[in-house]
Amino acid sequence: MAKHTLIAYVEDVPGVLNRVASLFRRRNFNIDSLTVGGTDKPGVSRLTVVVETTEAGARIVEANLYKLVNVLRVDDLTHKASLTRELGLVKVKVTPETRAQILQLVDVFRARVVDVDEKTITAEVTGTPEKIAKFELILRPYGIAEMVRTGAVSMARGHEPVSSAPPLVRTADSDHHHDTSGLSMSV
Amino acid sequence: MKKLTGAEIVWECLQREGVDVVFGYPGGAILPTYDAMTKYPKIHHVLVRHEQGATHMADGYARASGKVGVAIATSGPGATNMVTGIATAMMDSSPIVCITGQVGSKAIGTDAFQETDVTGVTLPITKHNYLVTKPGDIARAIREAFYIAKSGRPGPVLVDITKDAQQLTADFDWDAAEPKLPGYRPNHTAPASEYTKAAELINSAKRPLILAGQGIIKSGATAEVLALAKQANIPITTTLLGIGAIPASSDLNLGMMGMHGEAWVNQAIQQADLLIALGMRFDDRVTGNLKTYALNAKKIHVEIDPTEVNKNVPVDVALIGDLKEVLGELTPQVKKSDHADWWAAIAVNRGDSAVRDIKNLPDSGHLYAAHVINDIWRLTQKRDTIVVTDVGQHQMWEAQYFHHDKPRSLITSGGLGTMGFALPAAIGAKFACPEKDVWVVVGDGGFQMTSCELATAEQEGIKVNVAIINNAFLGMVRQWQEFFYDKRYAATPMTGPDFVKLAEAYRLTGLRCNQRPDVAETVKKTLADKKTVVIDFVVEKEDTVFPMVPAGADLDKMIRRPKQDVMLESGSDKEWEMPTSPLPNVFTEKKVEAKALNGRGKAAPARKAAKPAKSNRR
Ligand SMILES: Cc1ncc(C[n+]2csc(CCOP(=O)(O)OP(=O)(O)O)c2C)c(N)n1
Repeated sequence: MAKHTLIAYVEDVPGVLNRVASLFRRRNFNIDSLTVGGTDKPGVSRLTVVVETTEAGARIVEANLYKLVNVLRVDDLTHKASLTRELGLVKVKVTPETRAQILQLVDVFRARVVDVDEKTITAEVTGTPEKIAKFELILRPYGIAEMVRTGAVSMARGHEPVSSAPPLVRTADSDHHHDTSGLSMSV
Repeated sequence: MKKLTGAEIVWECLQREGVDVVFGYPGGAILPTYDAMTKYPKIHHVLVRHEQGATHMADGYARASGKVGVAIATSGPGATNMVTGIATAMMDSSPIVCITGQVGSKAIGTDAFQETDVTGVTLPITKHNYLVTKPGDIARAIREAFYIAKSGRPGPVLVDITKDAQQLTADFDWDAAEPKLPGYRPNHTAPASEYTKAAELINSAKRPLILAGQGIIKSGATAEVLALAKQANIPITTTLLGIGAIPASSDLNLGMMGMHGEAWVNQAIQQADLLIALGMRFDDRVTGNLKTYALNAKKIHVEIDPTEVNKNVPVDVALIGDLKEVLGELTPQVKKSDHADWWAAIAVNRGDSAVRDIKNLPDSGHLYAAHVINDIWRLTQKRDTIVVTDVGQHQMWEAQYFHHDKPRSLITSGGLGTMGFALPAAIGAKFACPEKDVWVVVGDGGFQMTSCELATAEQEGIKVNVAIINNAFLGMVRQWQEFFYDKRYAATPMTGPDFVKLAEAYRLTGLRCNQRPDVAETVKKTLADKKTVVIDFVVEKEDTVFPMVPAGADLDKMIRRPKQDVMLESGSDKEWEMPTSPLPNVFTEKKVEAKALNGRGKAAPARKAAKPAKSNRR
């Protein structure tokens, strides 16, 4: 079992997120995080799904995602050089004695203070999910008043076509590298 | 460009998709579509008695014909009544399109009268579904629905159309409504290297076995599978839904595998060194305990649906694609072979199993379901017959004692195991194949779930022959109670109406038969009758389906059929053998012992089970 990061490009139609989420539930896969947002292509949304499973499980997830009619393409970034980022907002309790220490820690993590009042400091931190977890851990002794994380977004490094890894199966038209959605293979 | 109402567009599209019959039930939210129906007399509408019936009829129609079946219902309760039929079609990959009415688009989300989020409800049990709120979107949704339902691995698609979308008008442009499905990939081609690997495995196998599934029927690949099997003299076993894919009369066909498959077949699976799985999905009913399943065998999986590969059983080579095409490419690379040793070993295992065969028992005054089914088969062999079964003991006896030689001649709910399926699915099959005889083999329990559809058969003037295997029990559940719950028959004894009078109440013919010598006469009378006939076959109450792999047990630990003399005694004190060890392995044990355990000489002492099974998934 390991964390697998899958990217799914989906048609931006009503209910599509429900279809994807429902698939994971029905097939008994546990979603670690799921983020959705737009892309540079109109009508195409991009999901980053982190799921804890085996290698074989990841292939099954990938194949199941492909079975959804609104899913345009799936990439597994798990074993590729990739960038993963997450945003966290952490509201931490402060006293006159701890204020300086906390500001220093915020600095060390290259986080940004986005709100301050007499009892709290709110910092915005971006980075890998591990970095955000670490940031939380470090601040926890001071007392965390509130915290929110966005979940991971991922992208492959470099200029290589994103789907350089062979998909689980070669589809009849994947050989021709054509994709009627206008989502070319070199997004 | 024609301006049409959304309702008219529905019928225009159905007509252009080649639909000749639809099964449905009206209601407020679908009323505009029903009103427009009168303008499209070429499409015959069958008024069902329950929307579940409509979906099973569409499903039976699809399974018998290979075409897409269509069911129509209103919003809310009409649509939710379809759920069981849709799930049934989903599990068995049956191409149906369900059209449902929805409340007006402005009322969606307000808990309006008869509003249900039907696309939400059916999301996990459809291949895809649509909520259409504008008349201009109807044509494309219906065209895509048909395309998705029948392409790749087939399945059910639902199109939910709001009432206002049915009422308002739009331009109807069939060509512009061509499916636009950039993400949908129904067709796959396996790379050449996989063919080479598969051929190598087959050419070096000593004990290969073909596992034949329903995919063969869907792909129309019977000839291709037989060609492969003949090339290297490979024995074939079928799944329940694979019955008919390979003629039962073919010497290569060993019979059915799995929970109620023949012991020598399951044994062959466990002893094989190569399994060639064709269009089947390693369901738990055919594998038994996965941890001990076919451990000696390499596996080749030919499948159209990539999600089935490595889902339950890890395979060595996967050829993902349409069976017919894949085998067309693979078989020429397979070398000739006779596998004589392997066939001899199977013959040893098969041994004298005939002595355990109920068919060969002399008439004891008891009427066994197996006799009934076997007699129906004997007497209808020269006719073109489709048998539609329900779910339960009779279903398994049908699979064991009716020998199907043609694809699409057995229609049964395999994946979902839906009681109440048989009668409506048979009505659908009769509409698909009016020239064929359609028999329903159904339990007294399952029949009572959808017997209201007798009225549909009567109103439509169609003939199906209904053989109720009446054991006054929910037989299969009673059998589980007998084996695993110490014969505590909780809620399984069941009374029914007088089925003869019930048939007559529907203005149909009712017959009763409770003697073995009368079966033939009853079947002949049924065939001669022009109307739908309902036969109440009053059979032995506590008869049991043998052999059986208890759910989750190893495939070769089967509860065996009691021997002849035991069988002759009445059901209640019969003895059966609870498996304590696997069936003998002819490759590791001396052949003498193998024979002994097959019924001759020193068979293991019969014992009764008291231990409840770990899992009870039925
Ligand atoms: C809709 C539905 N409910 C319950 C079951 C569980 N079930 C499986 S077989 C069976 C008994 C069937 O009894 P009957 O129809 O009389 O057939 P028999 O087994 O006696 O041949 C039951 C209740 C089911 N498969 N489907």
